[in-house]
Amino acid sequence: MESDTCNLRTESLIIRPGLSEKHYWRDLWNYRELFLVLAWRDVAVRYKQTVVGLAWAVLQPLTTMAVFVVVFGRLAKFPSEGDAPYALMVLAGMLPWQFFASSLTGASNSLIGNANLVSKVYFPRLIVPASSVVVAFIDFLFGFVLLLAMMAYYRYLPGWQALTLPFFLLMAFLASLGPGLWLSSLNVKYRDFRYVIPFLVQFGLYVSPVGFSSSVVPEKWRFLYSLNPMVGVIEGFRWALLGGGSGFHWQGFLTAWAVILLFLWLGVRQFRKMEKSFADLI
Amino acid sequence: MSAAIKVEGLGKSYLVGHRSARSGEYRSFREEMVSQISQWGRKTRDLFSGRQILQGDEVEEFWALRDVDFEIAQGERVGIIGRNGAGKSTLLKILSRITEPTTGMVEMNGRVASLLEVGTGFHPELTGRENIYLNGAILGMSRKQIQRRFDEIVAFAEVEKFLDTPVKRYSSGMYVRLAFSVAAHLEPEILVVDEVLAVGDVEFQKKCLGKMQDVSGDGRTVLFVSHNMGAIRQLCSRGIVLEGGSVAFAGNQTEAADYYLRSSMSDAEGRKGAIRYEEDPEKPLQIVGIQLLDGKGATNDTFDCDAGLRIVFECVSRRPTPGVYGYLALINQEGVIAWESDSLDLPPNRLDNLAAGRHRFSIDIPPRSLGRGKYTLSLSFASRQSFTGFILDEAEPPLGFTLVESGTLRGDRRNGFFSTLLEWRQENG
Repeated sequence: MESDTCNLRTESLIIRPGLSEKHYWRDLWNYRELFLVLAWRDVAVRYKQTVVGLAWAVLQPLTTMAVFVVVFGRLAKFPSEGDAPYALMVLAGMLPWQFFASSLTGASNSLIGNANLVSKVYFPRLIVPASSVVVAFIDFLFGFVLLLAMMAYYRYLPGWQALTLPFFLLMAFLASLGPGLWLSSLNVKYRDFRYVIPFLVQFGLYVSPVGFSSSVVPEKWRFLYSLNPMVGVIEGFRWALLGGGSGFHWQGFLTAWAVILLFLWLGVRQFRKMEKSFADLI
Repeated sequence: MSAAIKVEGLGKSYLVGHRSARSGEYRSFREEMVSQISQWGRKTRDLFSGRQILQGDEVEEFWALRDVDFEIAQGERVGIIGRNGAGKSTLLKILSRITEPTTGMVEMNGRVASLLEVGTGFHPELTGRENIYLNGAILGMSRKQIQRRFDEIVAFAEVEKFLDTPVKRYSSGMYVRLAFSVAAHLEPEILVVDEVLAVGDVEFQKKCLGKMQDVSGDGRTVLFVSHNMGAIRQLCSRGIVLEGGSVAFAGNQTEAADYYLRSSMSDAEGRKGAIRYEEDPEKPLQIVGIQLLDGKGATNDTFDCDAGLRIVFECVSRRPTPGVYGYLALINQEGVIAWESDSLDLPPNRLDNLAAGRHRFSIDIPPRSLGRGKYTLSLSFASRQSFTGFILDEAEPPLGFTLVESGTLRGDRRNGFFSTLLEWRQENG
């Protein structure tokens, strides 16, 4: 037989109740092509039959940024970070936030949106929420081009720190994946969560330093504030793009990682626990 | 030869909730409040403990499969036969790893591909080319493998000219052909097929089945679920009959088909020419009743060949579905389809785009057409434009009837498929 039929299992397989998959992570790797295909499908469909679709990826952060600049920068007169223009500071926080928000929303609804696949074919279910994040990533890239254009307009040159950006992007991805997995598996069973997510995302926008700089947060609230993992991510983004005007917040950074890993562990655990009953419940 | 599939003590149970008998009675406001609050409390507890939420106030365990044992050797083609609700789909879902069993175990040796639906994951906005890659990947083919067989798939589906057209603009026939074609080019060692071939272009079905049989030659194990005894007899070398979640019969495919037909025949006889089906609000279109009328307009289950009969059925349309057509098959005692009819044979197709509400239709079986004998009547609705699957509803269990002949000298001793009387003319007048 052909060796390239890699997605089909070659060795013998035992199905038994409660038998945890021995080769779970390897199986996931074997299905990487399906991951790519599903991600490609979501992207292709999203920007199909639409010219505005592409523009939306830029318009959304642009308009929100304008509103935040006016409300927080002009009316409330919050300080910016270092010497960066307020608009740049907002955008540098807006991009990771929107990436987080849309991948969380996308991942949470992904299983329900792919109900027909889940109930008709076997594949490691983790692929579905993971691949839905790619759409958010593409949006992020368009937003990033906007950011570059804005930086050129303000003649603002980032320092060597900009090279660490992919690392913070990964951090944002993991921050959304943990809760995303948790919510997507619960969403299969309890559709209540579909109504919780938009609320959560809206609420999160105001407790994360998107429209303002972390420097306006009083020191005594600092720890509670940085329990929100997106605080660490956004601060990282600003540090990487706008230079160390306000320095690197090690405490926020480490707290964020602790919270992210905790949620990732909880999310994967919940997902794997429920994975096998998805087809019965969806 | 080692076993390709070995199933031992397999069982699958579901929890179903329903309202207790008392809840239908009149209850005081206070009682109603108490019951609502306690139900709400239970659901909240279930939510946090990760248990399934159940409607109603009584919980019952329902076994869709119980104590199923069988073994399939490599290279065998086995038909799984059974009514709706006998556990066939649950069995397939367990074998395809879509759902987990509650008890027992399954051992499978070889690469498994399962086909529970044609065109799984087809996206209407994507082009034919894109959908081939998408569907292939979903069914477990690698990109290289699809690339290598791409031209074959396209040629087989006969859609060369429309490769770059979104499939939502495809005719229903093209859509089905493309979906089948991808599936027919899978190369697994164990193939699990649901009744995906039940509705559709017969010629193309044959082409697909032929393709599936000869791609890898012998040594391929096929598990095939069907209601169609003709297909089971032709395709399979063995048959397993499921009844109420357990194996009722296992053996040679012809004997298995006979066993199934005998049991459904004897069931159908008890219905005296009329049947009602429980209404299911989930179905967009549903057959809710069938009635057989004789020449005088009375409900009956035995008819004279001289008088013919009228099949009247009632259906409920809940959501508009495009491309719907009806399918009727009259199946004789041997399980052979004696007559097939589609509502689109003679335009207009009156079942397409039915307005919401109840509708009644009738089909006349003309006098002196079918020969005497016992028949079961299979009626279903399908749509090739419904992206969730072809079969929208199926009248299950089916209704049966008997045709007798009395008006001629040969009468009830006449053999053959037809009762049409032939004229004997003299040609040398």
